[in-house]
Amino acid sequence: MDTVSSGVRSLRRWYSPIVIIALWQAGSMLGLIPVRIIASPSAVLASFWTLLVSGQLLGNLGVSLARVVVGVAIGVAIGAGLAILAGLSRRGEAVVDPPLQMLRTLPLLGLTPLLILWFGIGELPKILLIVLATTFPVYLTLLGGIRAVDPKLIEAGRILGLSRWGIVRHVIVPGALPSALVGLRYALGTAWVTLVVGEQINADKGLGYLIMDARDFLRTDVIVVCLLVYAILGLGTDALVRGVERRALAWRPAVAR
Amino acid sequence: MSVYARGLRRAYGNDVVLDGLDLDLATGEFVALLGASGSGKTTLLRTLAGLDLPDRGELRVPPRSAVVFQEPRLLPWKRVVDNVALGLDRRDARERAQAALAEVGLTDRAGAWPVTLSGGQAQRAALARALVREPALLLLDEPFAALDALTRLRMHGLVEQLWHRHRPATLLVTHDVDEALLLADRVLVLERGRIAFERSVELARPRDRAHPSFAALRTQLLGALGVSTEEPFEDALRCREAEPQPLATV
Repeated sequence: MDTVSSGVRSLRRWYSPIVIIALWQAGSMLGLIPVRIIASPSAVLASFWTLLVSGQLLGNLGVSLARVVVGVAIGVAIGAGLAILAGLSRRGEAVVDPPLQMLRTLPLLGLTPLLILWFGIGELPKILLIVLATTFPVYLTLLGGIRAVDPKLIEAGRILGLSRWGIVRHVIVPGALPSALVGLRYALGTAWVTLVVGEQINADKGLGYLIMDARDFLRTDVIVVCLLVYAILGLGTDALVRGVERRALAWRPAVAR
Repeated sequence: MSVYARGLRRAYGNDVVLDGLDLDLATGEFVALLGASGSGKTTLLRTLAGLDLPDRGELRVPPRSAVVFQEPRLLPWKRVVDNVALGLDRRDARERAQAALAEVGLTDRAGAWPVTLSGGQAQRAALARALVREPALLLLDEPFAALDALTRLRMHGLVEQLWHRHRPATLLVTHDVDEALLLADRVLVLERGRIAFERSVELARPRDRAHPSFAALRTQLLGALGVSTEEPFEDALRCREAEPQPLATV
């Protein structure tokens, strides 16, 4: 009963998007929406197929994906390392926290010209942008998570004879994990946005390059295809982290989900 | 002798919580500690557990001690059996944890997450976690205070049984005079940072609350606590300890 009605409800959620796309298609066919503004859905679909078959889409997507993976990996490592340092020792916090809080307020994308001046227009500035975009959310949420661990549990760990490292491993890290994973989801979202911008500046590979190239030839269909692919990638990585959450946080009460 | 303390003093600022306290616990002895809120019970227990250092005084405690708090303090991200085995540095840790859970009647909950346990079950798991370490000194900080009356009665029986089998020296901090008289060999009353009253309980176990000598002891104890039997004792003392507790730092 319940599943049927929720099925109908989720079907119903598709009505208005389908109507909008149908109107868009009709407008394009009637010449009301010029291709220069935006290509029709069918043209987008067609060029998606062409780009897929020619290997252009997958090749550039691979480049973009690699940039995100490398950047996020480095950013998470730095953010988590600094958060653990600041979360576990007062001295570490005094050293690490003030500069990070200051850097955090810098407009990230505004750094792009500086990064280009420093590192040229190769891979390094693009990956650095993603590193910066992920470091701060991971740092802030993990540090917050470490602070929020119940001191009574830490005390219990001490009484049970856990070493300092044992307390970090068994009490603090698992206790801070829920908020750290929220931070990771947020970081991945920002990483994709940052990449879009980074790749539109002097790239010769990647989805952003494909977009810029398409702009030069007024190919709005290709631009839309790339934007959709970005969106799918963003959703995909988010789903991945949520999958990890479901597994790693199975101990939480079911009501939390 | 299991615990030997002489002249313990502990102050937080101007607030003297332990004021020249002397305490002895014989090996295998069960002692209950009563006292009004703010009398220093929790500070004394934390000192014996090594969680708080006295400013002055001499203290000897056995190397292996275990604590059960009012809250079970199980790690929510570890299954019950892993909570019990936590910090056990030996190869058969898991088997020993299983055995301890069997002793408290929780075998079928060994693989459960702590959030799914009832209050009584969680406290039994905490008890198993304390006992699996084979402590020479068992410290119980109002472990039954948050449980409903029926569960509390069953926990009394369980604790007495476990104490009989393992014989750790046991210090039970409680607000409940009946609980103290049911379980302890000796009852102490803490007042203004010192042991103000002491009475050994020489009733045969298991004890019967309805027995006249039990009732006589209760009256005597309530008198020592400054409560006449006419007024409800529980209400007078049930409010939580207001002692400052330093935050644990790693």
